[in-house]
Amino acid sequence: MAYVKDLSAIRALIASHKRWDLVFALCGFAALMVGVLTFVALFADMAIQGLPRLNWEFLTNFPSRRPAQAGILSAWVGSCLVMLVTAFFAVPLGVATGIYLEEYAPKNWVTDLIEINITNLAGVPSIVYGLLALGLFVYQFGLGQSILSAGLTLALLILPVVIVATRESIRAIPQGIREGAYALGGTQWQVCRDHIIPYSSAGILTGVIIGMARAIGETAPVITIGALTFIAFLPPAPMKTEAPFLSFDWVMSPFTVMPIQMFNWTSRPEAAFLQNAAAAGFILVLMTLAMNGLAIYLRYRIRKNIKW
Amino acid sequence: MAAVPGDISVTPPSGAMAARLAHRRSRILREKAIELLLFLAAMVSVFTTIGIVYVLVKESVVFFQHVPLLDFLTDTQWTPLFDDAHFGIVVLLSGTLTSSLVALAIAIPLGTLIAIYLSEFAPFSVREVAKPFLELLGGVPTIIYGYFALLFVTPILQWFYPELPGFNLLSAGIVMGIMIVPYVASISEDAMRAVPMSLREGSYAMGATRFQTAVNVVVPAAFSGIASAYILGISRAVGETMILAVAAGMQPNLTFNPLEPAATITAFIVQVALGDLPHGSVGYQTIFAAGLTLMLFTLACNVAGHVLRKTFREAY
Amino acid sequence: MAKAEAKGLSFYYGEYRALKDLNLVVHENRVTALIGPSGCGKSTFLRCFNRMHDLYPGNRYEGEIVLHPDNANLLAPTVDPIEVRMRLSMVFQKPNPFPKSIFENVAYGLRVRGERSRRALADKVEVALRGAALWDEVKDRLQELAFNLSGGQQQRLCIARALATDPELLLFDEPTSSLDPIATASIEELITELKQHVTILIVTHNMQQAARVSDYTAYMYLGELIEFGVTDELFIKPRNKQTEDYITGRFG
Repeated sequence: MAYVKDLSAIRALIASHKRWDLVFALCGFAALMVGVLTFVALFADMAIQGLPRLNWEFLTNFPSRRPAQAGILSAWVGSCLVMLVTAFFAVPLGVATGIYLEEYAPKNWVTDLIEINITNLAGVPSIVYGLLALGLFVYQFGLGQSILSAGLTLALLILPVVIVATRESIRAIPQGIREGAYALGGTQWQVCRDHIIPYSSAGILTGVIIGMARAIGETAPVITIGALTFIAFLPPAPMKTEAPFLSFDWVMSPFTVMPIQMFNWTSRPEAAFLQNAAAAGFILVLMTLAMNGLAIYLRYRIRKNIKW
Repeated sequence: MAAVPGDISVTPPSGAMAARLAHRRSRILREKAIELLLFLAAMVSVFTTIGIVYVLVKESVVFFQHVPLLDFLTDTQWTPLFDDAHFGIVVLLSGTLTSSLVALAIAIPLGTLIAIYLSEFAPFSVREVAKPFLELLGGVPTIIYGYFALLFVTPILQWFYPELPGFNLLSAGIVMGIMIVPYVASISEDAMRAVPMSLREGSYAMGATRFQTAVNVVVPAAFSGIASAYILGISRAVGETMILAVAAGMQPNLTFNPLEPAATITAFIVQVALGDLPHGSVGYQTIFAAGLTLMLFTLACNVAGHVLRKTFREAY
Repeated sequence: MAKAEAKGLSFYYGEYRALKDLNLVVHENRVTALIGPSGCGKSTFLRCFNRMHDLYPGNRYEGEIVLHPDNANLLAPTVDPIEVRMRLSMVFQKPNPFPKSIFENVAYGLRVRGERSRRALADKVEVALRGAALWDEVKDRLQELAFNLSGGQQQRLCIARALATDPELLLFDEPTSSLDPIATASIEELITELKQHVTILIVTHNMQQAARVSDYTAYMYLGELIEFGVTDELFIKPRNKQTEDYITGRFG
């Protein structure tokens, strides 16, 4: 086919090319819809199966061999406590690492090593973290199959997320602000403490929320540590009636978490347990959606408000 | 009191000057201490990697003292907890491979299509909604996807093919694929958006349409980023645990047929962890050997991705 | 003889009026240069010809750009921008070769126009590369990536790419501003040769380049066409005081 020069032939050629454009745009949109439909189906499935089961007893009962009486009390309390420990370790470590890499680190092989490691760890499957925890925390360090082990493991898991969020927020701060602070005689730490951290805190918070949303849903590493799937008791309360009023016994206690409870119920053939699983799953999905949604909203607000 | 020229002894500073100097010394010490603390925090990532390597290698070494490496690689049965124990990792690898292939067959085409659509075709409003939505999709806990695969997708598939067993790799693979789509799409889309507009303008100025420009200019220009997205997808698929543990069953089965149930490396580790694990037993060491295999594979993926980025890095 | 004409052309970025009622004749087989200080709208004007502004939202044209001999108004809403771009070609300020081989870069426009025959493509690519004075340098490495060429060679490659499709009008948007003086000289020599076969409209921020290369020059300032005339006359004896101020360097 000789290449076209006259206008009507050009127009016909363009029309046929544009048909491809349309076909492709439709395919792309359809692909997007596959994701949307899956999400809607998933959420609706959880809601339809699980909502009828949701009541106050469900939230305040312990798991039981009788599905009608089973509840998620130990699971959601366990999740909260594990999240507490996770945040306790992940936030300071992650933020400190981010600050070090952005403000202090010299350009040498040590810094390269650290950065390579962070990138690498972001790609390690979560179950390998579980193995790390089992071999190192549970046995080698003797921390046992406890909330502390789980918290530490999940903290390591979400560390890359917090680090990257911290670094990006810090990088967004213009050099002019730093120079202004230094010119006033501030030391490096003073500049970090008084300027860098406050200005990047919103971005860091976004990263922390996303990390926690990930940690709350993680099942594999926690199972590997040996979180038991049938826990009919709560960890010891953090408050005591006698001095010193604060107890940390709960940190070393056995426990379970929401995703494991759901996994346990999903593995049972009885339909009633499957309904329990749906109910627990619905709460879990709602929680992660809320946390991720909050992070996305925060990011949007930051972009709108902070104009450097 | 000023020093006399020629007099090499200097009287120590007094009063305000001394206080300032002492303050400066302690300030410098404080700064150094803080920097050290921050450095140690940063080194945690290095320690973590060392920890992982140490734990996996330590237990695997003991494992391979009981089980010859050749048997591990060539045996066609995986029955580590039986009296007549077999340790053929190929069995678990087949499950991992089959499910990953199914997942990637879905994630790579869909993810790339979505990325090209969002980057080159979609109006601004669609993109602003689609990107956060994809993030939400990727943030759903995998146990939920597992439940969905077992109790929603499998029945639907069984409607088409009634002989499909309740546990099967196909259902798990499909759901895993959809879970991976957001990762592939978002990284590919970022890579495509980084292609400068001047390249696109060059193509449009020649009378090309959006589709022609996207396929002939933008995608090749973003090649290294898109390739890393694919490699990340592979890594995620191979390392995924819960969807397979729930929906594919945990019975080791040497098969490449997605219509059958099978155990993957990851599902096996979970299964053993659910049981009673006497520390130091061969069963205990087995999961570390399996974990080591997994780790080596994801490491290879990471290195491949890194090399790709380095080699084809287009500096824009 | 006129190849193209702008009639009462105004252009709006959203609410902002960037071009104000421009009237210009582009003569066939001649080089017409657009000069003026930064921000005067010369590139904006050039990009109206091949509807590049249509790629971005919020832009609006008023008036006409008429292409001869068929008197088509390129800016009409009923005219497809892609059709316009099939008739005109553009060379950009910074060389933008595609991530493809040298051969494929030049052949791209032909493929878009439906050319499939390998023999025809090879012939046309050779003609285009010769026309861009690049053939001798690359004839043995047509399959190499275009990125491996030097800046000046890349720009000549972009010119070859633009020539390969036999454009009715060739648009140059400050083609030498990112090149060194030697490469610049070779491109200027090329333009002088090309004008025998193609009508050329060139935007340049370098007055001396306009004086060297063009037959007609238009001086623009703040979106308006201040003066248009034969290059020699405009530079030696400008009719308008503003033009004279710019040319003599009183502002720039």
